[in-house]
Amino acid sequence: MTQPPVQAVNLRRMFGDFVAVDNITLSVEKGEVFGFLGPNGAGKTTTVKMLCGLLMPSSGSAQVAGFDIATQPDDVKSSIGYMSQKFSLYSDLTVSENIDFFGNIYGLDNSRLKLRKEEIIKLTGLDGKEHVITSTLSVGWKQRLALGCSVIHEPRILFLDEPTAGVDPDSRRMFWDLIYSLAQKGMTMFVTTHYMDEAENCTRLGFIYNGKMVASGTPLEIKRTRMTGTIIEIDTDAPSDALKLIKPMESMDEVSFFGRLIHAVTTAPAGTADRTIKNIGQLLQQNGITVNRINTIPPSLEDIFISLIKQEDRQGGHQ
Amino acid sequence: MNKRKIFLLRVKAIARKEFIQLRRDRRMLFIAFMAPIIQLTLFGYAATLDVKSVPVVVCDMDQSMQSRAILNDLTASGYFVIQEREPSIRDVRKSIDENRAMVGIVIPEGLERDINGGRKAHIQTIIDGSNAIYATMVRSYLERIVTNRALELSADEMSKNGIKPFTPLDIQQRVWYNPTLKSRDFMVPGVFALVLMIISTVLTSMAIVKEKERGTIEQLIVTPIKPIELIAGKLLPFAIISLIDITLVTMVAVFWFQIPLHGSFILLFLLSALFMLTTLGLGLLISTVSKTQQQAMLISMLLIMPIILLSGVMSPIDNMPVAVQYFTLLIPLRYFIVIVRYIFMKGSGMSILWPDTLALAVFGVVLFLLSVSRFNKRIG
Repeated sequence: MTQPPVQAVNLRRMFGDFVAVDNITLSVEKGEVFGFLGPNGAGKTTTVKMLCGLLMPSSGSAQVAGFDIATQPDDVKSSIGYMSQKFSLYSDLTVSENIDFFGNIYGLDNSRLKLRKEEIIKLTGLDGKEHVITSTLSVGWKQRLALGCSVIHEPRILFLDEPTAGVDPDSRRMFWDLIYSLAQKGMTMFVTTHYMDEAENCTRLGFIYNGKMVASGTPLEIKRTRMTGTIIEIDTDAPSDALKLIKPMESMDEVSFFGRLIHAVTTAPAGTADRTIKNIGQLLQQNGITVNRINTIPPSLEDIFISLIKQEDRQGGHQ
Repeated sequence: MNKRKIFLLRVKAIARKEFIQLRRDRRMLFIAFMAPIIQLTLFGYAATLDVKSVPVVVCDMDQSMQSRAILNDLTASGYFVIQEREPSIRDVRKSIDENRAMVGIVIPEGLERDINGGRKAHIQTIIDGSNAIYATMVRSYLERIVTNRALELSADEMSKNGIKPFTPLDIQQRVWYNPTLKSRDFMVPGVFALVLMIISTVLTSMAIVKEKERGTIEQLIVTPIKPIELIAGKLLPFAIISLIDITLVTMVAVFWFQIPLHGSFILLFLLSALFMLTTLGLGLLISTVSKTQQQAMLISMLLIMPIILLSGVMSPIDNMPVAVQYFTLLIPLRYFIVIVRYIFMKGSGMSILWPDTLALAVFGVVLFLLSVSRFNKRIG
């Protein structure tokens, strides 16, 4: 079978007059960690729900694990795992009881369940916690158990909907190690997130905004092709005054805070950045603002997505 | 694996999970097993219409042998207790106003003189009518006692005049099925039906809404489980609990309240199980339309109240306005009340109970299928 595990063509979903997902086309290869990004309300969850066979598309089609989402939703559900951002296992059952329950629901018989349970416990590192009531686990451990339960039936594709929301950085890192180890075994990962550092970890990305796919590719491809301007990072002792001064300057596209720093995106042609830097430095000094550092930087994904959103909004405004 | 095996595997998994959760939830355990027993016990004592020890205030202005004889008849009957003796009618009124007595008896001066003189004597009784049902019964008891006294007096008078006393007309009363007319024998089977309905409806209505409230349904709907498997697995434990409750509640009725069970326990059990089909269906329906456990509880209560009032358990359906009487035909509890009372009190079998059983079966199947299909649409 050469068909990719997830393939969607012109997928569209309306809620009344509102277009939640607008002609999305995407495909995810086996063993990929596909990051599906976008702000809240962009259509991420609606897309995932359609791909999981929970929601009918208004038009367009998609195959997941080789099954059509509209005509074979039950086959789709049997071949995928799903983990949501909200903990949705039974908190009054023990770790072991939760695993047993979902194993049986996915139709595993006792001998296979026993085998898979051992594997899952080892994979998630829940050894010794089998008989702990789930509600007493920390958020990080709960997430790992949720992941374990969602792959009990060895799905070909695992959908993770903001799996690390509200988890501390340490647990997040451990969680991502888990995702990689599963992907290495050939499981395809479809992750939605709004953590940009996590997005950098994905093998490929799709960025959705207002229901449309506005960019896709590897993180490197996106950085190389989608950034039109140059980013100048400025470190001053009075960032808010500096921002007000820089914003109206000629050839400035987008000026915004980045922590205590300022990121100014200039639309000036490449190679003229040095002159822009000099102009900014002079302007700030004339106004009595001390400049600690000013230089161009390579764009981060966050910079790119902010600029993509602005681009989209501007185009939307013209219509 | 074939489909049937997977079906059984999933139903068993859901049912087992429900039992584990129930075992860890003390409150639900209490509602499932203790509440029916406590409810039946409390209601069994409370829901009695028997007249006993009614407090009486007396104003005896005659203070004669005849007046004492009348009062003696009252207290000897066991239905009345003389709580107070007051010198004036005004005090009698005050006693009733202040709820110290329910009945006032005023015996005017000259009672004995009138009786002995062959004239008609009068006594006055005042009954607190604020509880109409109770007052009606009190009145009939009073009348019976005073009439008996009057008959005795006229018999005395006749024999004094050399006439052989006779009673021209006499009723020979036989009360069947409940010879002592104990209202408890009649009320407890009714309460039995109520308790079963309340418990099974409320428990079931909690069953699915709990998954919604805690968000666990999210994880279930992404699995290939079918709605029918989920429903079967969910209802199975509550059906089993309800069957246990039927047995428990019957035991309380028979052994604690000494209500004679004239009919077959097996029949009572089977028809109760049939009735459960309607309550499980109703509970499922409530669970489908509500979002939180609180909502489900509230809807249950709002539905259960009118169902009880219209079921005929408290007041006879024949006494209701005709339009309302027709409406009660839509209430499954109505048929079950008849079935329970007949099995308990008359020992009826299917040859008598089949129309009610048929109605119950139709309602059970329709209501159950309706709620299952609605649930399918919502979740599937």
